[in-house]
Amino acid sequence: MKDLVMETRVDAQTVKIEARKAQVFYGQNHAIKDVDVDILDKTVTAFIGPSGCGKSTFLRCLNRMNDTIPGCRVEGKITLEGEDIYDARVDPVQLRAKVGMVFQKPNPFPKSIYDNVAYGPKIHGLTRNKAELDEVVEACLRKAALWNEVKDRLQTPGTGLSGGQQQRLCIARAIATSPEVLLMDEPCSALDPIATAQVEELIDELRSQFSVVIVTHSMQQAARVSQRTAFFHLGNLVEYGETGQIFTNPRDPRTESYITGRIG
Amino acid sequence: MSGSLFTQDARTKARNAAERRFRTYGLGAIILALLALVWLLISIFSAGLPAFRQTFITFPVKLEESVIDKAGNRDPAAMAKVTTVGYGKLLATALEAEIAAKGIDLAGVPPKEITDLISQESAATLRNMVLADPALIGTTVQFRAIASGRIDGYYKGRVTMESAALDKNTSPEKLRLADNLKAAGLLATSFNLGFLTMPDASDKRPEAAGLGIAIAGSFMMMVVVLVLSLPIGVAASIYLEEFAPKNWFTDLIEVNIANLAAVPSIVYGILGLAIFINFAGLPQSAPIVGGLVLTLMTLPRIIIPTRAALKAVPPSIRDAALGVGASRLQTVFHHVLPLAMPGILTGMIIGLAQALGETAPLLLIGMVAFVRDFPGGLFDPAAALPVQVYNWTQRGDPGFVERASGAIIVLLIFLIIMNTAAIILRRKFERRW
Ligand SMILES: Nc1ncnc2c1ncn2[C@@H]1O[C@H](COP(=O)(O)OP(=O)(O)OP(=O)(O)O)[C@@H](O)[C@H]1O
Ligand SMILES: [Mg+2]
Repeated sequence: MKDLVMETRVDAQTVKIEARKAQVFYGQNHAIKDVDVDILDKTVTAFIGPSGCGKSTFLRCLNRMNDTIPGCRVEGKITLEGEDIYDARVDPVQLRAKVGMVFQKPNPFPKSIYDNVAYGPKIHGLTRNKAELDEVVEACLRKAALWNEVKDRLQTPGTGLSGGQQQRLCIARAIATSPEVLLMDEPCSALDPIATAQVEELIDELRSQFSVVIVTHSMQQAARVSQRTAFFHLGNLVEYGETGQIFTNPRDPRTESYITGRIG
Repeated sequence: MSGSLFTQDARTKARNAAERRFRTYGLGAIILALLALVWLLISIFSAGLPAFRQTFITFPVKLEESVIDKAGNRDPAAMAKVTTVGYGKLLATALEAEIAAKGIDLAGVPPKEITDLISQESAATLRNMVLADPALIGTTVQFRAIASGRIDGYYKGRVTMESAALDKNTSPEKLRLADNLKAAGLLATSFNLGFLTMPDASDKRPEAAGLGIAIAGSFMMMVVVLVLSLPIGVAASIYLEEFAPKNWFTDLIEVNIANLAAVPSIVYGILGLAIFINFAGLPQSAPIVGGLVLTLMTLPRIIIPTRAALKAVPPSIRDAALGVGASRLQTVFHHVLPLAMPGILTGMIIGLAQALGETAPLLLIGMVAFVRDFPGGLFDPAAALPVQVYNWTQRGDPGFVERASGAIIVLLIFLIIMNTAAIILRRKFERRW
């Protein structure tokens, strides 16, 4: 594994999201137990762990997408820049504009490619006129490495793209609202190696503006793109630290057996 | 498993046989249903199509001032005093004179009875014509009189010389005279526009009975149902599906809506009678009451398919919209509703079509009354298409059998138009996701 780890220097950065004793219950099912984590600004954080350990669940806590699941309950404290996002005064809609999300399965709107990207800026009133909106759409599609493929067919349905293109469209859509944090749930699981490489490149670029949290099943990907890695197991955060340290020198035996392929 | 792929083992054979049997049953059921449908359509169309044709007798009528307006001052009140009897005499004289002038053989019909060939309704038609346009008085107009029911029936094969011999309303001589009129070009059969525009007529005059008021009443009721049930039904569905918390109370509502959709329609009639007429004091036979009752009946039938359509929208679309920071309402209106639209429209139109054909609740709120005047608004008495069918089938004169079947055809045509609209709309709104 060692050769895969990119030795990225992690600056002393501010904490963007802070979770303390976070618990998530689906009815009786205690899916997340006592998770404490600090997600740094302008950093890529990877969540790894075996299937069903609660990575998606915890990710969805960070922008309150869990609110839409009946029977789902979140306890503990999660703050974004010091403000408790589960406070009664917080409007989850406003939160989600700041904490964007890319889902595991590409889910473009059944509208045109242009409208997919333009939707967020439109509803948040981020642009003043059509020309500005056009600019935003182009910039986001460029960032998502999709512009060259779709620039001639912006008015065709986004659902008509290939799976990988759809996922990049979803990324473009998510960054169009200029969020502060971008949550990505296995964004590359439907992509081929070339598109994966493009998305990883994109994530690395996005790091200069946002804090990115990415869930992945690929150790290599976690090692390539992230600066920090969190390992979840059965709802617990087992280990959290610098990616290099997690992959080269894990402290917990469970982490070690997972990254060496013995549990999962 | 061993053995050649070219030979089937016993299990495979048994399974294939079961499949073949099932297909045969299915095909049989479909053929049976189709035969029933074809038989139904043939019987309705063969009985009802003649209602769209009507025999008319056209002849010149001199509108004698001495009969219609004795005073000669065109005073509407005085003119209105002249009843249809006066106009009837005018018609009788005119027809007799025309027959004499053309030298047509009376075929043994006494001159006094010539007038039996035209409908009694004709006098009223002529009277209305004159009252509407007094300038006609003194002139000679070419008047197209509806032939009487028996003469009309003769040209549609309903009345024969043998049956006429036994009928006190007509005689073989009159039929022969009608044939002579036809030969002379006075009598002809043509498209019966009046069937779609005229009001209902009394028991003795099937030839003059039309669906005008029934169509107007049904149309008004449909407008009421559409205007009320579309927004209420869709709003209720959206609330229940997208916003309401899932608890025992919403479960209870859900069960009740499903039950309401299955409640016999006559129960809604009783409810409407109690609430809208006895309690709220709305008028009987009025399209507004019919519309309200049908709305109550249609609502659950719209809510159920609308909710199903909303439920069928993949949750990933909702996640996507919420994920970019859309509110619940924006999510619903920008993304979920457009995707559910085909299903909603189909449910809506099928609900409306059911309401259009509903009879029982309307009987209870008095829509069965005999109405001669076109409704000026939602609060005036009117008839309804299915009730008109029911009404006509109750009447003695065989002419009404034809009218009732004709009314069913009109109803079916409206239903076909609505269902076609549903299909077209669904095609138009259909999208991939
Ligand atoms: N909507 C839900 N309702 C009830 N339980 C759920 C729901 N979603 C997830 N769970 C449960 O929560 C636990 C964590 O699931 P989660 O989806 O977060 O796992 P994951 O780590 O993302 O797995 P994967 O890598 O397969 O995506 C699982 O036990 C799962 O059964
Ligand atoms: Mg997951």
